[in-house]
Amino acid sequence: MNILVCVSPVPDTTTKITFADNNTKFNTNGVQFIINPYDELALTRALEITEAQGGEVTVITVGTAGTEPIIRKALAIGAHNAIRVNLDPVDAMQVAKAIQVAVADKSFDLILTGRESIDHNGGLVAGLLAELMGMNLINVVTKIDVDGTTVTAVRDIDGGRETVSCELPAVLSAQKDLCEPRIPNMRGIMQARTKPLQVVEYSESATGTSVSSFELPPAKEGVKLIDAANAGELIDLLRTEKKLI
Amino acid sequence: MIAVYIETDGGSIKKSSLEALAYGADLAAQTGDQCAAVLLGSTSDVNLGDSGANKTLTITGDALSTFTAETFAAAMDQACAELDAHTIIISNTYNGKSIAPRLAVKRNAAIVSGVVSQADTSTGFSVRKSCFSNKAFAQVAVNGENRVITLIPNSYEVKSFGLSASASTSAYVGPQATVKSVSIDKVKGKIPLTEAELVVSAGRGMKGPENWGMIEELADILGAATACSKPVSDMDWRPHSEHVGQTGITIKPNLYIAVGISGAIQHLAGVSSSKVICVINTDPEAPFFKAADYGIVGDAFEVVPKLIARAKELKTA
Ligand SMILES: Cc1cc2nc3c(=O)[nH]c(=O)nc-3n(C[C@H](O)[C@H](O)[C@H](O)COP(=O)(O)OP(=O)(O)OC[C@H]3O[C@@H](n4cnc5c(N)ncnc54)[C@H](O)[C@@H]3O)c2cc1C
Ligand SMILES: Cc1cc2nc3c(=O)[nH]c(=O)nc-3n(C[C@H](O)[C@H](O)[C@H](O)COP(=O)(O)OP(=O)(O)OC[C@H]3O[C@@H](n4cnc5c(N)ncnc54)[C@H](O)[C@@H]3O)c2cc1C
Repeated sequence: MNILVCVSPVPDTTTKITFADNNTKFNTNGVQFIINPYDELALTRALEITEAQGGEVTVITVGTAGTEPIIRKALAIGAHNAIRVNLDPVDAMQVAKAIQVAVADKSFDLILTGRESIDHNGGLVAGLLAELMGMNLINVVTKIDVDGTTVTAVRDIDGGRETVSCELPAVLSAQKDLCEPRIPNMRGIMQARTKPLQVVEYSESATGTSVSSFELPPAKEGVKLIDAANAGELIDLLRTEKKLI
Repeated sequence: MIAVYIETDGGSIKKSSLEALAYGADLAAQTGDQCAAVLLGSTSDVNLGDSGANKTLTITGDALSTFTAETFAAAMDQACAELDAHTIIISNTYNGKSIAPRLAVKRNAAIVSGVVSQADTSTGFSVRKSCFSNKAFAQVAVNGENRVITLIPNSYEVKSFGLSASASTSAYVGPQATVKSVSIDKVKGKIPLTEAELVVSAGRGMKGPENWGMIEELADILGAATACSKPVSDMDWRPHSEHVGQTGITIKPNLYIAVGISGAIQHLAGVSSSKVICVINTDPEAPFFKAADYGIVGDAFEVVPKLIARAKELKTA
């Protein structure tokens, strides 16, 4: 059982988002990058599966050399080897195509991604990879079980959950509740330094989309406080001022 | 031609799809184009002309009786080929988000997800999407001839267009499903959170699951869905499907009432684009008040019953 886990480096969840260069670039100054939280779940579940059934976990990141600490962290958590596609990605389609090309000479039974990256919130890479590689897709899953060549998973649907199954190979995207994320221990951190990290180039530069500017949401006008003793007034205000109820 | 995927749930058309259709219709008007509504599997007797369609196309076939990303993307691909569609609008639901990327590859299209406003077509084609978990927006230029846009529910107004749509049907010619549905577990009789216009949400300030009666009662009387903070679903006080925030569901209702929730940055990430936010919290320093339109500093156990009482009075008046 060989599993590929796609790892996206993202700003820490508490980051105050600001922009540089006339609002055309995310300001990475002083920003702490982490493994996308969903990718951490995907990695942990991949390790659990290979520990039970044998096989290796490879992590792949599309990013510049600056993303290597994130990749080493994934190796420290337990991934067996890593690939970095040397490219500063512009959009999800480019990321998916770069991954497809980078692993073309390898074969994986399972490809796991996160449900979405918490920076660009695309939620697209899993579906794009499945289609590009001609694999089955199960999106946004909270449970993954592999039995022989069949994978059964529970996926989120509007207002509930659905259990589905398909044959391997397949692409699945991890959602909260999949497992408890592992954190690296000292031994893992030591071992990670010598684990293989292959760097591959990807040259195609044309992309379908480009961000022309970023903008912060408009600031709220300020809160209108209502006295707790007359709390019912809130209902009246929502009705008369906002016409909501 | 602009094609809009119409998602149905138990035979009825989702409101989010009608929003996508209105978006497609306005875009068609703006660019001198036409807009087609695409139904997969089941027909509907709803007049989609009034919702903005110049045309409806239904793809029928047994393979489309249950949803799979593979078959539905293939059916959309077939429909888009028949319609010669260059722009495809899909609502950003779980199913929509599973179809959209597969379809983008099939159509050789650029794709932007999480779009929140109408395209700017004055020069090229550019849309606004939410990013950094609702902490910012990006204006994204979409290049090339073909594009797939996924629209966040409750971002676009449903309207009456008064058109009459011509209807046609084609038999599905794509592959059979290889992903099989084993079982579906749906919360019955409740408003799905992602589609709710009004939401009442509560956090750890409620002390325990036994106190949710008043939250549900308030939601009921307002016709709202219920939501909760992450620790509340982690402790199993409430189902996982109610968890909103950075690692939960992102919602954009017209009204979000937060009871006993502190307003951590990760919680705000999922709810901050709500149109009106009301916060009820004992702590005047709770960060949520900074993101609120209305606030009540007070004990939920006293405030919520007062809200219920007033809402009841107005309802019977
Ligand atoms: C400073 C900076 C600026 C950026 N600017 C932009 C920009 O302007 N526009 C833009 O679209 N993107 C930008 N990116 C790239 C972005 O972070 C993503 O890598 C890419 O856009 C895919 O994002 P998504 O939200 O669509 O992915 P999603 O589809 O939400 O990601 C889902 C999953 O796919 C996998 N995945 C995503 N990205 C990667 C990756 N890079 N390597 C390996 N696996 C991955 C992960 O498993 C992730 O959980 C920027 C990145 C950085 C660091
Ligand atoms: C990576 C990461 C991702 C996360 N993702 C999410 C997420 O998606 N969603 C999310 O919600 N959180 C998320 N969190 C957790 C988040 O940081 C907060 O811990 C969480 O939102 C707090 O939940 P809470 O407001 O219910 O509880 P608390 O922070 O404990 O707040 C309870 C509030 O209730 C008030 N209160 C107490 N008693 C009463 C009373 N009687 N009446 C009225 N008010 C009362 C208190 O003053 C307090 O403000 C995430 C954290 C991390 C690190």
